[in-house]
Amino acid sequence: MSAGDALRAAPALSAALALRLAVEDFLYAEAALLDDWRLDDWLALFTDDARYVVPTTDLPEGDPRRDLVLIDDNLTRLRGRVERLKSRHAHREYPWSRTRRLVTNVRVTGTQGDEVTAAAAFAVYRIRLEMALFVGRYDYCLVRAGDSFKIRYRRATLDLETLRDHGSISIIL
Amino acid sequence: MQLADLVQDRPEAGRFRVHRSALTSPEVFALEQRRIFERGWLYVGHESEIPRPGDYRRRTVAGRPLVFLRGSDSQVRVLFNTCTHRGALVCRRDEGNAEVFQCFYHAWTFNNRGELIGTPDPDGYPPGFDRAERALQPPPRVDAYRGLYFISLDRAAPPLADYLGPARELIDLTFDAAEVLGGWTILAGTAKYAIRANWKLLIENSIDGYHFASVHQTYISYMASQRASVGAGTRGAQATLSATAGLSAAARGFALPGGHAGFLSGAPGRGIASPSPLWSDTANREVERVRALLLARYGEERGRRMAEQSRHLLIFPNLLFQDSHTGFRLRQIWPVAPDQLEVLQWELVPRDEHEEVRAYRLENSLLFLGPGGFGTPDDVEALESCQLGFRATEVEWSDVSRGLHRDPLAEDELQMRAFWRQWHALMQGLPAPATHDPRGATLAESRRQ
Repeated sequence: MSAGDALRAAPALSAALALRLAVEDFLYAEAALLDDWRLDDWLALFTDDARYVVPTTDLPEGDPRRDLVLIDDNLTRLRGRVERLKSRHAHREYPWSRTRRLVTNVRVTGTQGDEVTAAAAFAVYRIRLEMALFVGRYDYCLVRAGDSFKIRYRRATLDLETLRDHGSISIIL
Repeated sequence: MQLADLVQDRPEAGRFRVHRSALTSPEVFALEQRRIFERGWLYVGHESEIPRPGDYRRRTVAGRPLVFLRGSDSQVRVLFNTCTHRGALVCRRDEGNAEVFQCFYHAWTFNNRGELIGTPDPDGYPPGFDRAERALQPPPRVDAYRGLYFISLDRAAPPLADYLGPARELIDLTFDAAEVLGGWTILAGTAKYAIRANWKLLIENSIDGYHFASVHQTYISYMASQRASVGAGTRGAQATLSATAGLSAAARGFALPGGHAGFLSGAPGRGIASPSPLWSDTANREVERVRALLLARYGEERGRRMAEQSRHLLIFPNLLFQDSHTGFRLRQIWPVAPDQLEVLQWELVPRDEHEEVRAYRLENSLLFLGPGGFGTPDDVEALESCQLGFRATEVEWSDVSRGLHRDPLAEDELQMRAFWRQWHALMQGLPAPATHDPRGATLAESRRQ
């Protein structure tokens, strides 16, 4: 691409870049809330009709209406999950494990009306006694809300073959 | 520690305890492979996983690589997944549909009935080379009950139906109950996870009613809040707790010959077929319809047991058959090391289930069970915590005596004792345990209570 072509493409490019940056910022901020265990603030990111899905490791394309998945939360269950994790009776997470989420390869995959779909790669480290690494892909459907977003759909698809080193998914992926 | 001393079983003295080396020792672990897993019947898969000719699933059972498949002749077979030439795996995908399996090493080709049908350059083999002798080999014994396929590595094992014995009554209740809805089928998707604990700890945990209130408080609170939100939580805290915990006052443990054991309980919200205050009118009407069908077809007594009774059954040594308000699942537990186990968990659903009931069924299941549920992660923590505790080797014994003096409740430990007695007998090379609980319940006894 010549310098002239680049200049002519700049407005369109900057809109796409701006959107990707906004999505990236949002995902990084979300990851920080989870790493800091600010679960109520995290829960506030979701729309009332939100869904959070984690398929089984042997069926990455799993559909919760048809297949067995590992997590299929609507907002009520997501709230229940957060309440549980804040309680001292969620034994797997009492005391809380340390986590570090690396979110990368962020791509905006589509826009329609006020919705933005995006994909990203993740590496979520959970450290408690031993370290376990969850690796996979996020798929999001975000809804524009003011100058940020709300989450309507959040799917964490694992690349692992089994949860051999993990035992469970006791944290939010 | 001698084998004979690993389990101290003196019911008359009110004592039952297990030496913790049974849960930590590499020698015990090695001996279990031979005396437990190379003897009994081990679950492989359900026929609904391979509905069409050519369908196959790869499985590992007692460490052996297997293919569970339906041949072009519609026959279900189980074959060792190893080329009869020099040993490579002939099937290298977890599932699929195939006419033939060609070994990638030297291209020997087998059809989906296991017969050797091709060797490159056949003239290279001496006269008398018999292809029939070199077919893929089945395990020494393969047998099925209600579509559940098992193998035994012991040629002298009794027929599967005899091995299951009276446990068949419970299996039949669950399988008969789904006949009015087209039978059970296994859902795609398997929960596969591992725990840093001895496999026997998860066997115990899976049939343990005692830990429920303490370990699963967060689940119980969530269910109570759901009931309160629909105005169903007014029956008093204890009733709510029991109902949501799935352990009604009538819950009972049972112990059957062969080490099969578990507990029976009742709870609202069984897809087949007991309504729930948390479900829509449409779903509850459908559940009532199914319940009425069961009562009409199987009579009041049997129909009610099908509809209202939750069945938690250990099929010795390592298959859990759980038909409860959280759905119907099979959980298989494999030892990997003295302090490591792996779990495979499959969910079964009635083929022709109403869409809304199916949605509630799956919600109930995921809410509690599986690595992402509100219950299972805390069981995992409990088991790993026990295994860490065992490092204090000066504390030698685990106590399993609860309920020895009374008619066993689901919260008692009769069912664990039944498992341990069978385990201990087989480990010593004995055919059956010499002791039992003085008031141990058979199925008939637990029904009368």
